[in-house]
Parts: sequence; structure tokens; C-alpha cells
Amino acid sequence: MKGKIGIPRGMMYYELYPEWEGYFRSLNFDLITSPRTNKEILDIGIFTCVDEACLPVKIFHGHVDYLKDKVDYIFIPKITSLCKGEYNCPKILGLPDMIKHSIGNLPPVIDTEFQSYKRSSIKRAYNEIGKSLECNSSSISKAYRKALDTKDKYIDRLEAEILSNRKDIESTKLNLLILGHPYVIFDEFLNMGILNKLIDNKVNIVFPEDVEEKDVLYYSNLLPKRMFWTEGRRIVGSAFSLIDKQKIDGIIYLSSFGCGLDSVFTYIISRKAKERNIPIMELTLDEQTGEAGFNTRLEAYLDMMKWRNKNENYLSSLR
Amino acid sequence: MKITFPHLGNVYIAAKAFLEDMGHEVIPPPVCSRKTLEIGTKFSPEMMCMPFKIFIGNYIESIQKGADTIVITGSCGPCRFGFYGDMQKDLLRDLGYDVEVIVLESPKEGLKDFKNNIGKLIGSNSLWSIGKNIKPALNLIKIIDELTQLSNKVRAFALDKKEVNKIMDDYYEEAVRVCGTKEITKLTRATENKLKEVKVDQSHSPIKIGIIGEIYTIIEPFVNLEVERKLGDMGVLVEKSLTPTKWFDHHVYSYPFGSKEENLKFKLAKPYLKTMVGGHGRETIGSAIYYNNMGYDGTIQILPLNCMPEIVAKSILKTVSKDLNFPIMTLVVDEMTGEAGYMTRLEAFVDLINKRREEMLIG
Repeated sequence: MKGKIGIPRGMMYYELYPEWEGYFRSLNFDLITSPRTNKEILDIGIFTCVDEACLPVKIFHGHVDYLKDKVDYIFIPKITSLCKGEYNCPKILGLPDMIKHSIGNLPPVIDTEFQSYKRSSIKRAYNEIGKSLECNSSSISKAYRKALDTKDKYIDRLEAEILSNRKDIESTKLNLLILGHPYVIFDEFLNMGILNKLIDNKVNIVFPEDVEEKDVLYYSNLLPKRMFWTEGRRIVGSAFSLIDKQKIDGIIYLSSFGCGLDSVFTYIISRKAKERNIPIMELTLDEQTGEAGFNTRLEAYLDMMKWRNKNENYLSSLR
Repeated sequence: MKITFPHLGNVYIAAKAFLEDMGHEVIPPPVCSRKTLEIGTKFSPEMMCMPFKIFIGNYIESIQKGADTIVITGSCGPCRFGFYGDMQKDLLRDLGYDVEVIVLESPKEGLKDFKNNIGKLIGSNSLWSIGKNIKPALNLIKIIDELTQLSNKVRAFALDKKEVNKIMDDYYEEAVRVCGTKEITKLTRATENKLKEVKVDQSHSPIKIGIIGEIYTIIEPFVNLEVERKLGDMGVLVEKSLTPTKWFDHHVYSYPFGSKEENLKFKLAKPYLKTMVGGHGRETIGSAIYYNNMGYDGTIQILPLNCMPEIVAKSILKTVSKDLNFPIMTLVVDEMTGEAGYMTRLEAFVDLINKRREEMLIG
């Protein structure tokens, strides 16, 4: 093993981890991932990060702080753009810089930029990473191929892990779409275990990732304005397609307080949902969200959904 | 067609003059006020940033005065400003206002739409008349920016600060009433002369503070609670890092190379932030270092709550301030901002800088 590379469990980790894993394993590096978010990580994150940032970014700071004494390098790529003509959230663009200026005593940070706005630079970025780690070019190109070959999405693995009992309840009638960024939906500490709570209530959960790429592209292009955020394409496209095909009974949008992208998406999606008469609930999460209030809102929403399906057209004759 | 547009600092004066020269009837929105913000906050999505809310307030106030066409620009950057146009179009339609919204996107996003939108604005005018009219309008933006900067300078030195404020208030009131570029240029020149006649205290050596941050909050006086005037009244010399003139310089005149000043700022920001983060995040950091190099005594960063690029900048400014030993204060504005608390913070900042200066001089 050449050294230990730390990967913080936050932000883009939830989308790109298998790719990174394939790449670094092939280059013979040891990978250390921070544990699932816990209270300690959250507290350190809030302490080190600027107050105005959103909760996932604060948690990310906590994960980096956890890793900094345990590894030789920390991998925080600057993922400006993954597709042509599209960007990521500005906070992801500035993530390595925010970290470097907020947390002291860091090991070397690998902050290579993935800039594919004009033309794809994924290969170049991986080359740069390899070179900064002093690997030879033949092993780099082998590792790059390996990274691209890892087709399985981390989200699928997570889904299987979190929702091991999801299969049993497919017979229920209530299909709910859970929208939001992957780093909000799949961080169980951040969203206070909403997925398991829904499963306990016998809800069939649908994720934006379950929608086919083709549909996502088609429906996100129906917007009058070109969607210039990669994540927005997935969220808005999948919501529109499921609403249009009437495959869902309701939507729960998990957004974090202060998320600029969510403020746009919730408006666009709730407008469409209202048009089609689909109930949508927006749950905003920040470090001060109390679990009791959160549970109450969730229960109230589920009760409404059940009554709606049962009694919608029932008008009592005894008045 | 009665055209209106949202406020962006003093640009409305030049935009009004230009569109009037083109033969349109223009209804500029009333000056932003508490009422504008209240209307905007009532109808906008809760989590949107402050400029969105003020824009909505501007539109509704001008629609009430009779406007039926709204002109705004679009963008496709990572900042959410790109979605303003289409969201606002939907929002106004849902509220039941029958208005046309013209979103001017960059020609890169589709030449056909661009041509259509420009065509709507030109109407029956020839292309030649645009060429003829656009030059004085752009010039006007420059003159007005110079006037504001002059007023800041004079205010810092003036014996009676109220006199300067009076002249500027009169100017803004008059500017809405007169018509066309020629008359406004004349008015601006006259005001300039008036400002030059204000009695000043030449022996005063003012503290110099640069205002940095998100462009809209810097330019629009209502949003930043007239920070220039407030600081000027305390005898502080203020300069803004971004003005409409600088924006045009960077994005239009010197396209695609960028203006000299902005490129210098990018270079200065490089040790701290190498790549762009959208909005004006990189410029903010560059400007802070720029003002330090220019011998300023401090800077104030102003941002609307939840502005994504500026949050990144803020976390980096911490280190800049420490490295350069340079005071930087951050003020966050939103619809809940109270004027008294804001004033207290400004006064405290100026006091601290005064104290620091004394210590530096005496040792």
C-alpha cells in the first residue's frame, strides 16, 4: 500500500464513491472513509464552518475534521461541472477552498478540478490526481479505465443497505416520491431516519434515481429555461416524469435550510404538483430541527394521504 | 407597450433614458422602499434570496402604475439568478397579472430567442437608431456612477453632510421627471457642479473603506440600507468594488478578455481561490486584497442571506483578514434586517478602525 487516502462521507461522496474507490484501489492506495454522521461530527462541523452555510456543508466539515489526523491525503475534488454546459452548486465549487480556510492542520488536500463545462475533462482530472500522487502513467490509465467500469451506483448500494426491508411492502397502495439531494436523502443522521420511518408506516418509497435517464432528460428539457445544474436535472426531471405518468400519490421534498438550488426546485415542482393535484410537503432541515416536530409533520402528512385515498369522494348524508 | 424593469442601483436612470430615446413609454418602478420589500416577501417563495423578492415588489408596484411589459436579463451561471426570469414570469401569471416578460439571455443560449427578444424591444426602429442611441446611454451609466462616487468623496470631506444628501436627493427626484439621455446628461452635469461647490474641510483625513460583496446588494442603496450615505455621514470615504460601469467594462467592452481591474482582482485572489465559484465570489476576495494594497483601512462585505457564492467567499475572507492583518466585516441583509442593529455594527467598525489607526500612528 502506498498510503492512506481519506474520503469524507458527505456531498458528492453519495454519487461518485464507487468511481473513486475503483480508481484509488487500482493505484494501490488504502481508502479510509469517515463513519456515518453522528452527533460528534455534526458538532465539530458547526464549530468549524461559517454560520451561513447549509447543513450538509457543515457536516462535511465535520467529516474532514474526523479524518485529518488519520490519513496521509484527503480527497476533496472540486467538481465544477460534470456535464457539458452544466454546473454544480456554487458551494460544491468552492468546497475544497472553504475546507482549507476553515480547518487547520490538514494533511495534503487533493483538490483537482473537474471542469467539463466546455469539454469533458474527466480523464485529464484523473491524470492530474494520479500525477500528484506520483504514480506512473500506465497505472494511471489502467486505474482510469477501472474507475469508468464501475457502473454500479453507490446510491443502489445504499438503498439496498438502508431499505433491506423495502421489498416486503410493495403491495401497499401509497407511493411517495422522496426528492432532494442524495447527500440529504441518504444521510440518515441528517434527515433523522425519514426513510425507515416511512417504511415503518408501510409506504412504498420512490427515489429520483429510480427514474430512467431517458425520461429525466426528456422531462427536464420541457422547462422553458435550460436547467444548468446537473443535480437539478435529475430532481426536476424525475419529479416531472413521475407526476406526468401518475405513478406517485405524493411528494416529500427534503431540503436543507439555505440551499439555493432547492429554493428554485421546490417552486418549480410544487407548481407542477399543484396543477396535477398531488400533495407535496417540503421539510426543511437545519441543525436546530427538532425530531418531535418533524415526526408530527410526517405523521400528519401520512394521515392526510390515507384519508385522501379512502374518503376523498365521500360526503356524509348526516349533516 | 409600457416598459418597466427592476431596480439595479442607478441603472434605471440610464435605462429609462435609452428606452425613451427609442420611442417607448417607460414606467420606472418607484424607488425601493419598505413597501416594495413587503409586497415582494408576501408573494415570493420563502427561501429565495432577497433580490428576487425586491424584483417582484418592483414589478407589482410598476404594474399598478400601468406597466405591461417587463424587461430583465438572464444568465446561465451556477448562481440561481439564471432562474429569476422564468420563475417570476410564472409567479406573476399565477398572481393574475397579464404582463409580458422579456428575458434577455446571452446570444450563446440560442440566437433565435435573442433575436426575437431584441426585435420586440426595437419595435419599428432601425438597427441604426439603436447604434445611435446606445452609445449615449452607456455613457450615461458611466457619468452617473462617477456622480455617485463624487458624492461619496465630497460627503466624506463636507462640512455639512446634509447639504450633499440634499443635492443627491434632489437629483434622484428630478431624474425620473426629465426625458431622454440629453436632458439627463445635462442634469447630471449640473448636479456635479453643485457638488463641487459644497464647502469641504481640506484638512480632514478620512478613513477609507471599500464595499465588497454581491453586486446587487452593493449597488442598490435600499438593500444595503444606504451604507454609503451612513458611512459618509461619519466622515468615511467609501468606494464600491462593483459598479454598473465596471460590470460593463468587464463583460461588454473588453469581451472576451475582461477589464484590467477585474483581471487584476482575479490574479490577486488566486492564492486563495483559483477557480470561479459563480456570482461574484472570486471578485469579492480579489477586491479585499486589492483594497488592502491600495492602502484602505478596511472593507465591509455585504451579502443577501443564503447567497451561495458569497458564503464561500466569506469563509475564505477569514484567512485573508488574518494573513494581511486587514479588518473585514461581513453584513448579511434580508427582509428581517433591522436598521438600528446595522447602524450599531457600522459605528463599532468605524470606531475600531479609528482606534487602530491611532495606535498605528502613535505606536
